[in-house]
This record gives sequence, C-alpha cells and structure tokens, in this order.
Amino acid sequence: MADTAVQVEHDHHGADAHHGPTGILKYIWSTDHKIIGMQYLFTGMFMAVIGGYMAYVFRMQLAFPGISVPGFGQVSPGEYNSLITNHGSIMIFWVAMPVLIAAFGNFLIPLMIGADDMVFPRINRLSYQIFLISALILLASLFVEGGGFGGAWTSYPPLSAVAEYNLTNLGSTLWLTAVALEFVAFLLGGINFIVTLMNSRAPGMKAYDIPLTVWMIVIASVLFMLSVGPLMAGAVMLLFDQTLGTGFYDPARGGDPILWQHLFWFFGHPEVYVVLLPAIGFVIDITATFARKKVFGYKIMLYTAVATAVLSFFVWAHHQFVAGIDPRMANVFTITTLLISVPIAELLFVMIATLYGGSITLKTPMLWALGFISTFLLGGVTGIFLGASGADIYLHDTYFVLAHFHYTFFPIAIIGTFAAFTYWFPKMFGRMMDERLGKIHFWGTIIPFNTIFIPLFMLGGIGQHRRIYNFEHFPELAEPWMFTLRQIATISLVIMLLFQFVFFYNVIKSWISGKKAGDNPWKANTLEWSTVSPPPHGNWPPAELPKVYRGPYEYSHPDREEDYWPQNEPA
Amino acid sequence: MSHAKPIATLRSATGIPTGRLAIWWVLASEVVIFGGLIAAYLMHRLGHPEWADAAAVTNTMIGTVNTFVLLTSSFTAVLAHQAAERGDGKKAAKYLVFTIGGALTFVCIKSYEWWYEISHGYTITSNTFWSFYYTMAGLHALHVIAGAIIMGVVAFDAYRGRELQRVELIGIYWHFVDVVWIFLFPLLYIAK
Repeated sequence: MADTAVQVEHDHHGADAHHGPTGILKYIWSTDHKIIGMQYLFTGMFMAVIGGYMAYVFRMQLAFPGISVPGFGQVSPGEYNSLITNHGSIMIFWVAMPVLIAAFGNFLIPLMIGADDMVFPRINRLSYQIFLISALILLASLFVEGGGFGGAWTSYPPLSAVAEYNLTNLGSTLWLTAVALEFVAFLLGGINFIVTLMNSRAPGMKAYDIPLTVWMIVIASVLFMLSVGPLMAGAVMLLFDQTLGTGFYDPARGGDPILWQHLFWFFGHPEVYVVLLPAIGFVIDITATFARKKVFGYKIMLYTAVATAVLSFFVWAHHQFVAGIDPRMANVFTITTLLISVPIAELLFVMIATLYGGSITLKTPMLWALGFISTFLLGGVTGIFLGASGADIYLHDTYFVLAHFHYTFFPIAIIGTFAAFTYWFPKMFGRMMDERLGKIHFWGTIIPFNTIFIPLFMLGGIGQHRRIYNFEHFPELAEPWMFTLRQIATISLVIMLLFQFVFFYNVIKSWISGKKAGDNPWKANTLEWSTVSPPPHGNWPPAELPKVYRGPYEYSHPDREEDYWPQNEPA
Repeated sequence: MSHAKPIATLRSATGIPTGRLAIWWVLASEVVIFGGLIAAYLMHRLGHPEWADAAAVTNTMIGTVNTFVLLTSSFTAVLAHQAAERGDGKKAAKYLVFTIGGALTFVCIKSYEWWYEISHGYTITSNTFWSFYYTMAGLHALHVIAGAIIMGVVAFDAYRGRELQRVELIGIYWHFVDVVWIFLFPLLYIAK
C-alpha cells in the first residue's frame, strides 16, 4: 500500500488536509472510501487464505483418511466439523461479501459516479471496524475450549442450539456473534452505498448512465438489507437458546427447529444473488471494454437483475424439500426456483451477445470474465436438477449439491474477484499487472478448479453424502475408484492453491515495479478512468469533479475516430 | 470535531436530503428485523392456542399506560420538528427533552412490569410465549433507550442552533419505534 500512500499524501486537497490523520493512522483511521475499500479487500484476501488452508486440510483427510496432514497434523472428527463449518462461513461472510460488495463497492461507487467520497464517510469507517471485530471474533472462536463451531455454516438447531450436542459451548456462541456483527457492518455499509448512488451522482448522470457495476452492487445492497432482517431476529433467538436456555427451536418446549431453516434461507438464498450481482456487474463491464462494444441490452440487464432480486425472495424453501415441508409447498417452490433460472440465463445471454461481433482482446481481466461465463453456466445448469423437488430428494445433501454451489460460488467469489482485481488494479495502484504471470495464474486456477469439482459431481451422483469425516466407515462409499476420484480432487486443490502464489508474487512485483498505468490504460469510458491513477483523497480536484454527457458503454461509435467515448467528454 | 464534509454529502440528485433518505433506509432494514420476529411469533401463536393462558397474565393496564406515554412522546417529537423548521433550536431542544422524558417513563414502567412478572415466576425460559414476550419487548425497549440517547445528543446540538435538520430525522425514527409498539401491544397484551 506504500505507493498509494505517498500519492494520497501528496494530493491531499485543501479542504481535507487539516483533519486527516497522519502516518499509519491514515490507513486504519481514514474516512477515504478508497482506503476503506483496500482495508476490506486485504482483510477479505487474508480470510480467503485461511479459508483455502482449511479446505486443504479437510480435503487431505477425505482423500487420505487418517494421514497426518502436512502443516496441520492428524484431523480429529471434531476438528473436521469445525474446519468445514468455518471454511463455508469464512468464504461466504468474510470473503465473498467483503471483497465483492464492500471492497469494490467502496472503491468503485464514488469513482464511477463522479463523487469525491461516500455520503457518510465516518459510518463507512465504522462499518469496516465492526467487520474487522467480527473477523477477529470468528478467528478467536477457533481457539477457545472445545474448538470452533462445527454445526455447518447453516447452523441448524438443535445441533447449533444445544451445547450437549455440538460440544462447542463457547465456539458456537462466538460464531453466531461474529456472523451477527458482520451483518451489522454490511447494513451500515449498504445504506451508505444506496444513499450515495441515489443522491451523489455527478451532474448529468441519469439512471441509465450509471455503469452496471454500480447498479449491481447497489441492487445487491438493497437485496441484502431486505433479506437479512429475519435472520438477525433468528440469530437473537438462537443466541438466547444457546445462552439463556430459551426454547425457540426446541419442539419439546413449544418451539420449532424448522423455523430457523425458514429464517436462515429466507436470507440465505437471496444472499446467493447478493454476491452474484456484483460479479455479473464486473464481468459485463469488463466484457464491454475488451470487446470494444456497447453492452447488448443495458436495460434488459438492469431489469433482469431487479427481477432476479424480487424472485429470489420466493425460492428459499427449495432448501427444505427433505425437511418435511408440505409437498404442495414443494411444488410451489419448485416452480419459483425453476423460474429464477430464466433471468439468470438472460444475464448470461446478454454477456454472450455483447461478445458477438466484438473486437475481442484477451487480456487477463477478459480471460477471467470469459472464465466466469463458462464456469458459472455449469453451476447454473446443475442447479436446475436441485431446484426440481423430484430430483432433489435424491441429490439433497450429496456432493452433487456441494459441487453445484462451488460451481456458482467459485466463479462469483474467486473468478469474479480476480476479474475485477486485475481490471481495476491499474486504477488502485497506478501500475499495470504482469500479463504473462496473470495468464499463468488464470490457467493454473481455472483448470484445477474444474478437476476438483467434476469428480465431486460424479461422487455426488452415486450418493456420496456431505459432512462425512471418514468414508472408510461406509463400505459402499469406500471403493478404491471412489478414493481415486477423491484424490484427483484433492491433488487438484493443492495445485490450484500453489498457483495462487503466482498471483501474490504478481501483485507484489507489479505494485513495486510494474509499468506505469497512466489514467486510462484500457481506454474505457466510465468516470473512474478520468482521474489520475491512483486517485488522490477526494478523487478529483474539487473544482474539476466530472460532469456526465452520455452512457457508460459508447464503444466503437461510428461517428468517432476513437473507438471509445468517455462519459465525461463534452459532445 | 470540525469535519470537512465531502461534496458528495452536499449533493441531492433525488431532491430528498441525504439524511432523510438514509433514515428511511435504516427504517426499511428495521422493518424486516421486527417483521421477521413478529412473523415467527404469529406462526407459533396460531399453532399454540394454549398460549392464550400465558397472554392472559400480561398486564393490559400497564401496556395501555405505556402506549399512551409513547404516543405522547411522539407528539412532542412532532412539536420539536415544527420548532426546528422555524429555526427555533432552543424550543426544539425543550420538546426533545419532553420526548426523552416520555422514553424514560416508558422504560421505568416497563422495568416495574418485568420485575413484577419475573418475581412471580414468569421468566424468559418459562415457555416459548414468554421467550417471545421478553425478546420482542426487549428488542423494542433497546430501540427506545438508543433513541433517547441519540435524542439527547440531537437536543444538545439543537439548543446551540446546530444541525437542526437532525431533529426531523430522530423524529422519524421515534415514530417508527412507536409504530412497532402499536404492533407489539395487541399481539402481546390484548390478544388472549
């Protein structure tokens, strides 16, 4: 961050110079939206490393049961449960959310709408600080007596509610507290994002001039805000069950364990779209830039995203097809679930149609964007099987489900992040990333990703259940060829994790000695490219805040010599 | 505390002041939190007719008095807003102090009520009705206390003629706290 720091210091403009903290405090106490975005980004990446390490440990246990895992040791059943639980929780709540929404939302929204900061900079800072505390609480929960919580990231009662069942008295309470605090952080951040977009756009920027990335992050924030409330209430009830001994989820005392499943998935399924939409936004922006073509159907994209968000409130019970819900209910939720694949397919078709006839350059960000489209497609298609209650009754809680949601979440959280990171890296740090290393990293990630999860699809198809510590205990799941498939998956994972070192090396090398990027290395139209890289505190000099004259995707306009037309360039 | 406001804060593309816009979004997120809790309670209540016995124990008289106290405090919050609109910070602060007084009265009555019920053996673990009773009313009381504290800060500034627009914002929040109680009162006290 040293490089950004120096720049920020030099370019401090008058109005802010007197109150800005100095030295190291500038990074941990700054109200600058870009610094806060970086804080989220680096915290999220740090958590991703931990989540990846956890995946490595439990995959080794599954492929080679009972071995002493290098870098961890032997995995006990309790540790295994804690590892899979926290892997899931970390990757969704402390990686996908902070990186896709909070980090890029913070960094990009003010820059892309031509504002000098968020409307509530100090609430923004508070949001990160609460998030940081939640991350620390989660990490602390792994080291308390009894170990970290092991009742799966969905935390179903009674397993999560009763200490005699989960054997992690303190661990489960800390886990729940961390998740609830994390929600508070994103509520604060989300309200900030929404209000900033509504009120602080550059003069001239109308609704259809807003870049899709910004639209998607803000729609996702609204979606998050409207879906998380019941789970907050549910979390308080679960916390009371754990600590005060109430019986909200205990049928023997008038409660209902299925209630938690409803509250959890009423949030949990919209949450999938909360993280999906920002990734879709990044990918479509990158696709337009590198295909030098106007987005095919800007409005279709926007309305489709809204339709997805609305529909996502009516699909949650497809997680409960085997929980004993009324079969007539299952029919209703099968229909809504299959319906939601229509807007999602539409989003992907818009991307493909944008590529059609474009003049495509395969730079690293574009490779990631194409990687997103192709892998997410597989994730979406396999979801159809699970949305249909007839098929789901057989596939429920198998590795088929696991492989399906990794085929959706991995493109979203990992591929989407790499696409956005490599695309906006020049703006963030003022230097270009190394293309050759970037491509090595891309292929080293995307190929092993597929060889991890295709074998798991096959294992799921034969009925291999999730959350099993040691398959040797189940003779029908302990055939040698099954272990071969598991080992292929695990070895692919190790290869993929090793290739991430290429990424970290690339980041550090490019940060220190990469080629200077200039203001607009990709010749893109949106407003963030009209300021210097990296932008100073305040983004533009106060007198030169941009005005907007046209939409964000005017590429290859027939009347112009240049194949791009920045939004802020007077006609 | 001098804080240079970013230009972003001063813009208003929608024509609605930023603070008012934000408070409505805060309320939207609060609505779904209380909504989730109330919906969960209703589902349980319909499945457990025997909860009527427990609900019969709650003191409707105390609930009515508290409803009256809270509604009156909302009335003074409106008067504070009117005063702030006229630019009369001192008067706005005075009315806000009345509202804080209403909040404190509410909390005191609530404490007595809870003390009485707990000392007669109706605790949060007695049965799921009481669990909901204490959780819902407790979450609401937490909002009352938080609102009173924030109102103190707003009144302090308003008395010195600063940040008068905040009088309206805390008023909007206060009405919301009121409305939540209007839902809780019949659900927990009247419906037997």
